[in-house]
Amino acid sequence: MPHTNCFHCGLPCETEEVHFDEKSFCCHGCKTVYTIFRDNDLSYYYELEGGAGKTPELNQGKFDYLDDPLIAERLLEFQDDSHHIISLSIPHIHCSSCIWVLENLNRLNPGVYSSQVDFPRKEARIHFNSGQISLRELVSLLSAIGYEPSITLEHYEGGAKKVDRKLIYQLGIAGFAFGNIMFLSFPEYFESGEYWLEKYKGIFHWIMFAFSLPVVFYSGSGYLTSAYKSLRSGMLNIDVPIALGILVLFIRSTVEIALDLGQGFFDSLSGLVFFLLLGKFFQQRTYAFLSFERDYRSYFPIAVTRLKADGSEESIPVHEVLKGDRLLIKSSSLIPTDSILLRGEGRIDYSFVTGEARALSKKSGDRLYAGGKQLQGAIEIEVLKPVSQSYLTELWSDAAFSRNPKTAFRNLTDRIGKRFTIAVLTIAFVAAGTWLFIDPSRALNVLTAVLIIACPCAIALAAPFTLGNLLRIFGKKGFYVKDTESLERMALVDTAIFDKTGTLTTTRKNSIDYTGIELTEAEAILLKNTLRASGHPLSQTLYQQLAPYNIIPLDNFEEHLGEGLEGRLDDARIRVGSSEFVTGAPPAQPGGSEVHISSNDNYKGHFIIRNSYREGAGRLFEELSRDYSLAVLSGDNESEKAYLQELLPPLTPMYFNQKPMEKLQFVRELQREGKEVLMVGDGLNDAGALAQSKVGIAISEDANLFTPACDAILDSRQFTNLGVFLGVTKKAMKIIYMSFGFSLLYNVVGLYFAVTGQLEPVIAAILMPLSSISIVAFTTAATNWIGRNIE
Amino acid sequence: MSVIYMLLAISVLVALIFFVAFIISVRKGQYDDSYTPSVRMLFEDELVEKDSDVSNFNQLDNPN
Repeated sequence: MPHTNCFHCGLPCETEEVHFDEKSFCCHGCKTVYTIFRDNDLSYYYELEGGAGKTPELNQGKFDYLDDPLIAERLLEFQDDSHHIISLSIPHIHCSSCIWVLENLNRLNPGVYSSQVDFPRKEARIHFNSGQISLRELVSLLSAIGYEPSITLEHYEGGAKKVDRKLIYQLGIAGFAFGNIMFLSFPEYFESGEYWLEKYKGIFHWIMFAFSLPVVFYSGSGYLTSAYKSLRSGMLNIDVPIALGILVLFIRSTVEIALDLGQGFFDSLSGLVFFLLLGKFFQQRTYAFLSFERDYRSYFPIAVTRLKADGSEESIPVHEVLKGDRLLIKSSSLIPTDSILLRGEGRIDYSFVTGEARALSKKSGDRLYAGGKQLQGAIEIEVLKPVSQSYLTELWSDAAFSRNPKTAFRNLTDRIGKRFTIAVLTIAFVAAGTWLFIDPSRALNVLTAVLIIACPCAIALAAPFTLGNLLRIFGKKGFYVKDTESLERMALVDTAIFDKTGTLTTTRKNSIDYTGIELTEAEAILLKNTLRASGHPLSQTLYQQLAPYNIIPLDNFEEHLGEGLEGRLDDARIRVGSSEFVTGAPPAQPGGSEVHISSNDNYKGHFIIRNSYREGAGRLFEELSRDYSLAVLSGDNESEKAYLQELLPPLTPMYFNQKPMEKLQFVRELQREGKEVLMVGDGLNDAGALAQSKVGIAISEDANLFTPACDAILDSRQFTNLGVFLGVTKKAMKIIYMSFGFSLLYNVVGLYFAVTGQLEPVIAAILMPLSSISIVAFTTAATNWIGRNIE
Repeated sequence: MSVIYMLLAISVLVALIFFVAFIISVRKGQYDDSYTPSVRMLFEDELVEKDSDVSNFNQLDNPN
């Protein structure tokens, strides 16, 4: 049967197909959103982009805490009597349809005055009338149409973000001045000694001077202060020759026009500052919708449900939870504190915290740790320690996790800058010194000319434009790197370490193998129906992946928590569960996920369920093993060891049962041996290792999901391209070196003019922009070229 | 030729006016998001009186 695609979300209709209005939908959720849009005149949503929707998630009561005015106050950007403004982060924003429907929210509810989407930040800023629609209702509305906002503890505590516009102002002023000064200096390039020119050039000069003042003291201030700080700490970074160039240009030009010796170099000065700031601007592009700085707070919810003594529920901010409080944790919710399970069946997924792949079954009296997720069914817990003292928070505050060894990295541009400065100063003094003997009047001219023309422009622009462009190209392919320095470090890596659960394996699909006697159809139907009645994660997994059969109500069904299921229909009886439950004997391989089956007390066989490994993982490892040493560090148990050994190249070191601190130590050990380590992980248990490595990459299945602090986020669909990304980064470094070569060429030409005392302002005014623009063009074209092959 | 003083003054003044306009627009936040407006301007403006406009048009084309 051919699969049609859902009209709303674009995904194939796999399990069921809902027909409505002559269109097909993959589920009732999608159909409902379609109906909402159609009935409110929002069908244009589907004309802009097809299949842009998302199946809405059920969320009864999920946003009740927003009714609390104290909590709402911290989240709102502005509140007035009835006019409220909130900025919500909505991860599903990804196309023009999203922008359009979110900006037309007032058609869905007249309580919304207006809303504006900031696409790069994936945020919507909504003005609403709190009298007509409450914050909770607004968020529920967004959720209902598939655009659920992400509200975490980080948003609650974050406060107003200050937008830093300084660079735009500086760039604007420099550009403005550059254009006007060029315009004013034109006449003197070509004609000198002309009568009218001589008469009025004074005013031209002083206007140029006036324009250049803000350029030097406002736009260029960043370079001047950075150079000063660098010299004070005894280092020479690239800003030192830049600042030197700016100052010499300014001083010499001012002296020239004051003493009427010439027209000065104000045009080159403003051009220099303008191009440098342009480079900085281009380099500062960030992925504002992703956060690379996440700590545990963005993992936690803002509020939890506390049960009062009389049994009623109240919503309280998570920080107000005290020891002894009883909390109600709903399904798919996080356990915020170390606690004891009181009531309900615990099925806890600790994969983010410890890396264990299987969910654990817990019963009343068992201890639970913060950070685990309760998969199904509600439970009541009693708090043992408040949030700030839980195992998770303490781990995070550990000095090792927060100390960042990466700040000590000196990027390539700064390293070259040091040599450049020394070379230029040497040439300047040697040349000036030589002229002192030949014609002393020219000596000062030559000294300053060398300092002016030896432009660090090209050097300072090569890395920002190359890596900045690479950042953009990678981002389009799903590899979001935090900044250009991370890319530089990536090119230096020689060892790659991988986490297992969630990184090499995907939690979305499982692979199931059956060994044993084949089940008859009657037995298979009974099995499927028995599994259907159970809420256990293994039952659910198995149920989803068995062939579909008719649903028949069972005569009898019993679930023994943590052990197995018994189902009865007519005369047939089936037992499904752990090895002890079905056969009485302990499992052959402890820790694995085995589901044994016996029918009418005859043992049939067992299923083995394992996380499926990402497609192409084996190939990726093979590709990487050529250039990198590899290793696997897992928080899970050893049950998958044999399978991994087959999948990965021989002799790949593998370590299991690694606690977060142990992973961190492993990386440190390697670094002590002199290795440059790349760590690829996904959960909180990898956070320490990710911070300690030279480069930490987090794999993300869904932008909504939490990723720990890292240098780059890799979309899980692009996992197999990791080798390609690393290879392109290395090529990009070569492009930077080539640009340095070009820069050298320009400098040699310029220095010829400077050293021979022939440096006219017009020559400087041509050479500087020329070198800058050509470097920019070259690096952009070259990086686009090397990036063309990434799928 | 001394008119050149006035010409310079006027051109600098005009330049400054545009510069001030630039500063104001940055302060108002117009440069914070330079991508979304490019998408937004391609949306079709749906006129509220869509029905009456369309029917007028039809009448012109089709006198029947």
